Amino acid sequence: MTGQPFKKLSFLLPVAVIFCLLLVWYLTCRFHLVASFQLPSPGDVVRSFKEEFASGRLINDIIASMWRVTVGFIISVCLAIPSGLWLGQHLAARKAFVPMLNFFRFLSPLAWIPFAILWFHIGDKPAIFLLFMATFFPLALSTMAAVANIPKIYFRVAHDYNYKGTELLTKVTFPAVLPQIVTALRVTYGIAWIVIVAAEMVGCQDGLGYGIWDARNGLRLDTAVCYMIIIGVLGMGVDRLLAQLTKLPNLRWGYER
Amino acid sequence: MKDNTSNPLILDNVSHSYGELAVLQNLDIKVERGEFVVLVGPSGCGKTTLLNLLSGHLKPTTGKIKAEGIMRTVYQSDGLFPWLTVTENINMGLRSIADESERKKELSELFELINLQEFKDHYPHELSGGMRQRVELARVLAGDSDILLMDEPFSALDYQTRLRLRSELNRLLVKRPRTVVFVTHDIEEAAQLADRVLVLSNRPATISKELRIDAKRPRDLTHPAVIEAMRGILAELGLQTDSSDTNRTHTP
Repeated sequence: MTGQPFKKLSFLLPVAVIFCLLLVWYLTCRFHLVASFQLPSPGDVVRSFKEEFASGRLINDIIASMWRVTVGFIISVCLAIPSGLWLGQHLAARKAFVPMLNFFRFLSPLAWIPFAILWFHIGDKPAIFLLFMATFFPLALSTMAAVANIPKIYFRVAHDYNYKGTELLTKVTFPAVLPQIVTALRVTYGIAWIVIVAAEMVGCQDGLGYGIWDARNGLRLDTAVCYMIIIGVLGMGVDRLLAQLTKLPNLRWGYER
Repeated sequence: MKDNTSNPLILDNVSHSYGELAVLQNLDIKVERGEFVVLVGPSGCGKTTLLNLLSGHLKPTTGKIKAEGIMRTVYQSDGLFPWLTVTENINMGLRSIADESERKKELSELFELINLQEFKDHYPHELSGGMRQRVELARVLAGDSDILLMDEPFSALDYQTRLRLRSELNRLLVKRPRTVVFVTHDIEEAAQLADRVLVLSNRPATISKELRIDAKRPRDLTHPAVIEAMRGILAELGLQTDSSDTNRTHTP
């Protein structure tokens, strides 16, 4: 259907869409369709971007947020994947724990903010706690579902070739669910990136979320938009990195069937 | 020490039922060492249940099953681990060989047998259905397996590939003799491959006919003994309708 020339130029399509979006934004401001205190113009945002970058504040906030997300996400992954593997293999455990896990999954992580501050005061810890609460449950549940749905035939083959215990787990169960785990990682990373902005609005003195909060307090919507752009771009960038995992040769099978 | 005279696989008055549903009834089967036994029967008659009993994934409701030696199964499809390359999949069958160089030698020998050297680093999803089944054959034949259970291994393939794999299996078994229990609904396949065909009845399945084919394996599809055997099986299944046929067998 899509010929060679189309393929070559197809990367221009998203660029064109973004360009149009910027153009609409520019024209809206240029002709004062919206008051300038309600919507900063692209020019204002570029100026504020330069300002924030020069002062070093933007870089500092990016590092602070990335650090919190990385730590929170790694703790969550290290606990959620083993839990999911265990739950997936034991029906009784699933029966016992799934309602509780679902309850917490549907509880917005932001509901934990009062406890986060009470238990962890200010700084990185409450934000990391909130990230953990936001990502652990969906990650554990999707790992569990993936394990529970592994085709029986793999375990029969494994039995024929004498895979048992730890080896069965590391050489059969885990690789069999790895493609789904990578997908779950991408989804939960998206959740983490959304939650960090909200989490940093309370109890933090830096970070991208704090930056937006601070800009709002100073009525600097141009700075707020500048931070929003950074949040969106960084989120996409990390997702692209995680998406590279799906290209690993021993994972490809999970996405091609 | 393996006793060459004993039967590696014995079903002693085996019956199996799922709750109220009786699937297999009073089966007595003795498989000789190196024998190729094919089970045919109408769909849903319990062929797969029987294989699951043999492989130990199911315990019979009554009766005893004795299986001796290393037993491996070839499935209809998707039996290869998709996250492993062809080489890694075949190596699964060589896990018990401790010596690295011996394992390598065995691996290259197996690749030569199935003639897929150029695909050794491919993943199963990059191969055709026929190639995947050839890799499965190499894997079950690898190392020191004794009994092969085959659960309609060629029925997901197109007709010509099926014919090709039949002769491939024959060729491989000449090089590496094994005791085989082969389940199929393909009568032609049964007649061409088997030393002995066991025809199963409708549920609850019993052996309704036992048919020995004495012609030496491997044999052609058009070999008189194969035609003769097909006639016998078809008659037993009530599918032989040609009234001009005088060779119809009604023996039990």
